[in-house]
Amino acid sequence: MRLALKALGEKTILVIPACCWSIIAGAFPYSSVKVPLMHTAFETGGSAAAGIKAALEVQGDTETTVLTWAGDGGTFDIGLQALSGAVERNEDFIYACYDNEAYMNTGIQRSSATPWGAWTTTTPVQHPKETPKKDIVAIMAAHRIPYTATATVAYPEDLVRKFQKAKGIRGAKFIHILSPCPPGWKMEPAYSIRISRLAVESKVFPLYEVENGEKWTITVWPKREVPVREYVKLQGRFSHLTEEDIEFIQENVDREWERLVARAVQ
Amino acid sequence: MEKVIMGNHAVSYGAKLARAQVIAAYPITPQTQIVEMLSEFWAEGLLDAKFIKVESEHSAMAACIGASSAGARAFTATSGHGLALMHEMLHWAAGARLPIVMANVNRAMGPGWSIWTEQTDSLAQRDTGWLQFYCESNQEVLDSVIQAFKIAEQVLLPTMLVLDAFVLSHTQEPVDIPDQELVDRYLPPYDARYKLDPGDPHAFGAMVAPPHYMELRYKIQKAMEEAVEVARQADGEFREIFGRSYGLVEKYRLEDAEVVLVASATITSTARVVVDELREEGYKVGLLKVRMFRPFPTKDVREALAGARKVAVIDRNISFGHGGIFAEEIKSALYNGSHRPPIFGFIIGLGGRDVTPASIRGIAEYTFEHDTPEMEIIWREVKNS
Repeated sequence: MRLALKALGEKTILVIPACCWSIIAGAFPYSSVKVPLMHTAFETGGSAAAGIKAALEVQGDTETTVLTWAGDGGTFDIGLQALSGAVERNEDFIYACYDNEAYMNTGIQRSSATPWGAWTTTTPVQHPKETPKKDIVAIMAAHRIPYTATATVAYPEDLVRKFQKAKGIRGAKFIHILSPCPPGWKMEPAYSIRISRLAVESKVFPLYEVENGEKWTITVWPKREVPVREYVKLQGRFSHLTEEDIEFIQENVDREWERLVARAVQ
Repeated sequence: MEKVIMGNHAVSYGAKLARAQVIAAYPITPQTQIVEMLSEFWAEGLLDAKFIKVESEHSAMAACIGASSAGARAFTATSGHGLALMHEMLHWAAGARLPIVMANVNRAMGPGWSIWTEQTDSLAQRDTGWLQFYCESNQEVLDSVIQAFKIAEQVLLPTMLVLDAFVLSHTQEPVDIPDQELVDRYLPPYDARYKLDPGDPHAFGAMVAPPHYMELRYKIQKAMEEAVEVARQADGEFREIFGRSYGLVEKYRLEDAEVVLVASATITSTARVVVDELREEGYKVGLLKVRMFRPFPTKDVREALAGARKVAVIDRNISFGHGGIFAEEIKSALYNGSHRPPIFGFIIGLGGRDVTPASIRGIAEYTFEHDTPEMEIIWREVKNS
């Protein structure tokens, strides 16, 4: 959030549907951000932002950036319809999803952003999640919106550059940020940056952008490549996985990476 | 300028004349023509507004909430299932104290699918913090859209005006379309007291713990109470400029009336005719039209029914497990008053079944013939009862 707002500046209005940031931003009458902020219902990240942007424009303000800041539950699941509607209409706003891969605020329940094999309180180790993580970036890119990107705090320059780039583009922009959650991922808080970096180095979460749904560009080619095992072994949510399970994840990650490289501009 | 237009188009003209700045809407029968005509106004440059063609009613209300929070005059329209889908955001709009105006075309809820009129959809939203006005004619519909903004922007609560499916929505009536200049005089541009403004940043809608939440709800109720007189005044000012007004309730031939029929929306027009006929035949009967349902005009209702020996409430709606909703509200309004006549609760016309003069005559006759209601709900014209 700090990096995103640094990139966007003071002329920004923030929209926060129900998510961890409904709490982090501060309870009434406080606010931890220096821009106007509207809390809104869970599934309205796309629609409420569209209304704000329309109101600004009708009042002659074409400069202010509207930024929706939503979790994975509000984006991948309950808010997907309103998000799809807003980006299909090519509303002029940025939608950032910080993805911690489960409903963390309510106590770690699986969402459609939870990866295959992960433990959550609704996918216990006897029966971990058996479907893959929803490919939200591909879904957004399939709307042929001007800009879609992935980012992580382990690569702050890349993240800031993407927000700056998004700010300069008219129309719908979607930025997907992987966001480690220490209690939900059963990991040491001190490892947040390290795990984010490993997600990129293991290609579990590649950093790339998609322009107009067509031009795919990998923005960070990892200097060091590591097996998926390095990424999952630091997280208790994967501790029940067998060698075969990890091998299965590795195969999937390799296949997805090859697919990404194949369609990316070299 | 007088035009012959349907109720839906009366809504569209009202929103245009009120200079709605952001409209977010989704089509649903029988409301669709409201949105279509607004789209045409917009496409022809007759409407200086942003039109957001959302993918659902839930998003329509969320977009209106965003727009109103950012200081724009926001409008939408819906019906039946669309209103039900908005339910969560209706609470949000009121809790956020946003003067959004919405037209709802009363439509019966499924299953089985029905597109015909019934009031249960809007009455089921009575506890969301929205003002509600039930309209009887297309003229009243148009005028009520304009009045709704005037009232909502003073008390900072959202306002819903309600019209019957087909009986108004698709029925052509002569309507005087007021001059824009006069409407501008009546309804000045919206100047939001609080809004999302990068020059003066605040957080809206944050988590509120028990030490503060209740006070915010208390203030909504206070605003509702204030809305009674604000609405009365807005209606009075409307008369001064346009020569028409409707009241919060309308008392029709109540002088010496022993039986008072209570009705809302288009049933009122039919009841008025029946009251005239019965009066000619010597019956001491009158009619009370309830136009404003939220806030409930308790004082006006008590005054209007002060001389009634018996009251017959005609409900085209039902709260399952209890009864007709207007009947329950009338009972509740009178209970702590000094005069408590027997109240007959009639349910009729659900799912758009016609309520004819004969239907209303039957209700009046039943009430004259009985000292007290034989049952809490008196069903009319039900085939297997």
